[in-house]
Amino acid sequence: MKLAYWMYAGPAHIGTLRVASSFKNVHAIMHAPLGDDYFNVMRSMLERERDFTPVTASIVDRHVLARGSQEKVIDNIIRKDKEEHPDLIVLTPTCTSSILQEDLQNFVNRASMDSKSDVILADVNHYRVNEFQAADRTLEQIVRFYIEKAKKQPNFHIKKTQKPSANILGIFTLGFHHQHDCRELKRMLNDLGIEVNEVIPEGGSISNLKKLPEAWFNLVPYREVGLMTAVYLEKEFKMPYISITPMGIIDIASWINEIEKILKKITQEQQTKDVMVKETQNFIQNFNFKNYINQQTRFVSQAAWFSRSIDCQNLTGKKVVVFGDATHAAQITKILSREFGIHVSCAGTYCKHDADWFREQVLGFCDQILITDDHTQVGDMIARMEPSAIFGTQMERHVGKRLDIPCGVISAPVHIQNFPLGYRPFLGYEGTNQIADLVYNSFTLGMEDHLLTIFGGHDTKEVITKSLSTEVDLSWSDDGLKELNKIPGFVRGKVKRNTEKFARQEGIYNITVEVMFAAKEAFSA
Amino acid sequence: MLASSEEKILFECETGNYHTFCPISCVAWLYQKIEDSFFLVIGTKTCGYFLQNALGVMIFAEPRYAMAELEEGDISAQLNDYKELKRLCIQIKQDRNPSVIIWIGTCTTEIIKMDLEGMAPRLENELGIPIVVARANGLDYAFTQGEDTVLAALAHRCPSVQDQLNVKKTSLSQLNSSNEKQTLLHENSLVLFGSLPSTVTTQLNLELKKQGITVSGWLPAQRYDDLPPLGENVYVCGVHPFLSRTATTLMRRKRCKLIGAPFPIGPDGTRAWIEKICSAFNIEPKGLEDREKNIWKSLERYMPLIRGKSVFFMGDNLLEISLARFLIRCGMIVYEIGIPYLDKRYQAAELAFLEKTCLEMGVPMPRVVEKPDNYYQIQRIHELQPDLVISGMAQANPLEARGISTKWSVEFTFAQIHGFTNAQEILELITKPLRRNQNLQFLEYNTLVKNS
Repeated sequence: MKLAYWMYAGPAHIGTLRVASSFKNVHAIMHAPLGDDYFNVMRSMLERERDFTPVTASIVDRHVLARGSQEKVIDNIIRKDKEEHPDLIVLTPTCTSSILQEDLQNFVNRASMDSKSDVILADVNHYRVNEFQAADRTLEQIVRFYIEKAKKQPNFHIKKTQKPSANILGIFTLGFHHQHDCRELKRMLNDLGIEVNEVIPEGGSISNLKKLPEAWFNLVPYREVGLMTAVYLEKEFKMPYISITPMGIIDIASWINEIEKILKKITQEQQTKDVMVKETQNFIQNFNFKNYINQQTRFVSQAAWFSRSIDCQNLTGKKVVVFGDATHAAQITKILSREFGIHVSCAGTYCKHDADWFREQVLGFCDQILITDDHTQVGDMIARMEPSAIFGTQMERHVGKRLDIPCGVISAPVHIQNFPLGYRPFLGYEGTNQIADLVYNSFTLGMEDHLLTIFGGHDTKEVITKSLSTEVDLSWSDDGLKELNKIPGFVRGKVKRNTEKFARQEGIYNITVEVMFAAKEAFSA
Repeated sequence: MLASSEEKILFECETGNYHTFCPISCVAWLYQKIEDSFFLVIGTKTCGYFLQNALGVMIFAEPRYAMAELEEGDISAQLNDYKELKRLCIQIKQDRNPSVIIWIGTCTTEIIKMDLEGMAPRLENELGIPIVVARANGLDYAFTQGEDTVLAALAHRCPSVQDQLNVKKTSLSQLNSSNEKQTLLHENSLVLFGSLPSTVTTQLNLELKKQGITVSGWLPAQRYDDLPPLGENVYVCGVHPFLSRTATTLMRRKRCKLIGAPFPIGPDGTRAWIEKICSAFNIEPKGLEDREKNIWKSLERYMPLIRGKSVFFMGDNLLEISLARFLIRCGMIVYEIGIPYLDKRYQAAELAFLEKTCLEMGVPMPRVVEKPDNYYQIQRIHELQPDLVISGMAQANPLEARGISTKWSVEFTFAQIHGFTNAQEILELITKPLRRNQNLQFLEYNTLVKNS
């Protein structure tokens, strides 16, 4: 048993549901007790989804506990098949079903005989993997399922697209700025003359999964999700993949260089007389990747200029702490250190399963590395280091609030304000601008705050109220005062004023609780 | 067919495939209510994830609750439950020193049959802190019923009136004031049960005080040490519709007399509630009619917005019957009252009041759907096109995108809605989507989904 107040990564089934509900026309059925469908609330609230989340529960209740699910799960699968005609139904186990140890695979086999849609059981163990690992696994599982299915078709053969193309793997629902990142990736690929073959799972269609191998290569922008799928596709179809995260000008450059390498290698292998292919080959041979990087870095992205500007000079040597998921924490650490010359005292991640990769990434860019999923440890470390700014998750933001240290949010877990409506990618050249703003704004706020405390602040409200409330002809009884103190600070003043006004009108000089409530009623009427 | 359905409420039961909060969410408001408590939820990451997301900002305020997160070793019984819980509770005692630790049993502890009730007394002796066990799990209960399980467990910890009297008797005998002793022995006292913000308890106490009734205590009290004495001469009355287990416990185990009344939600409910309590004490209620009338007058400004409008309760927090009754009195038409669970005995007075209200307002009886099926409900909503759907957050945005106004049901659980004073709070919530519609009526974008 572990005493826990807060967790960074969610339980396994959340990962599975995020992948399943990102696909078009895929329905997930959770084998779970009443109340475990909180995922629907999160998707509906955080993502502000307009559509009903395609997740339902096959409820585990007392009867199931006593007699087993029996036909219930199968009936629910078939019912959903008839109601919504999904392409695929993913039966999702939860912590409860992990312990019940019912033969869910058997239910799936039986249900798939009677349903038009495909049915699979998400292969995740609640007690062994977390949200990210489960998402990664489920994505691979679904891709594998449909590739295997396609392979069984007699006319199955892969025809690469004529023009160079790429799949983007790992963009999905409730991901940190995923939608914006996806758009930015597409924009960059377009600049490079590369077509986007498929984006999965977000908005992807199950029937298009068999087309995945038609792309020339795969892109895995985030470390957490998509890598397993990319590895599978590489093994199966020799599709190369790029797992560099194009975040920050240096890594975007190496991402583009990697793409160039792959494209040149493939076009050299293609010895063909096809006019279109020749054209493509020429385009790639002649496209000046170096020049593109140069142009974008110096003039489209403002980040390179920004880090030379006087503003950024003031940031030199400032101490920060970075914490988040592996991808974002590693990238932000590198950006702060290499691209802004900021001193990263400590970089950390809660992705314990990926600790080695993280260490390797940030080695040399920070003084200390912290691998933990215990938020109190992170909080203590921040308190000890006293950085000028924090870049972390919502939890670190609150630690910052408590310690009066500004914080920029760079990674999940996040609140609704981290699902902005405006265009806020973290990846690509526009992403560098966003990150520069985030970094700079975090620090200036800190600076202003500091100056204010030095010069005694500019909050003179207290003095003004004092001079206004000198003429007190009313007295407050003890119970009245007690009740008044229960009212939250930010409205207390108003309640006090209203009550006193009411008392004066009524000719009451001693304000008791009764008077307070009477006043409330009078004013609300 | 139609005629008969208009005379009596139609009760139905569906599949139970509906969205609601897990009952462990009750720790969110109960840890704030019982100031010296600590809630330990013994469950998995799933429970923890739900709590931290559902409670939002509260999480960051050093709450007095935590998860005892079960790991694989606990599930496969490689670790000793008792030792593990002892280790965690010692830590809690050191860090927070609460007056009571409340263990919340979850689905997982049910399935692996962890004997919480057996372990608690042993550990309580060793630790010197009371440990109360409440099984608020999703296998058996929905959302607010979590509070019911906790209060039922707390009821067992309430001191007995007889013991208290004995203590007082000894101290009184020294004072020699036999008059006082007599009154203490024979007076019937009133204990109200249900967790409410202290402002609201003060308001309800005052309402009853006006009728000459002193509330001798609340279950729960602000502090664990202040739990009210219970016993044979004690009348109890509930303030929430979801406290049927607590009511049963108070009657059967504590020998209290239950006053079955409608719940003090809305001015009509509050008046009926007070009247019922008065009648139990043989008191002629005074000034209530005027008081109710005045409140209705103050609510008049909301009426043009809601009169004649239709409402559909999808059902998830058991407040539905009382709210529907109040809204019908306001002149609304209720199509359907979804409700997770309906205890017809505990809610008898409220149900009768609902029927009476429908007759008096001349509206058809709504259908009450227990254990609703959200999928079928959405179909019915599409057919009926109600003016307002009271639903969970999982359905609210999708319904809004389809041009159907919604109000999140959860807000009724957290807002102050009890008593005369707070009636306007309910209408404030109810009319919010309607007022929003009024403000945006010139925009023609009401349905915002493709191919709908």
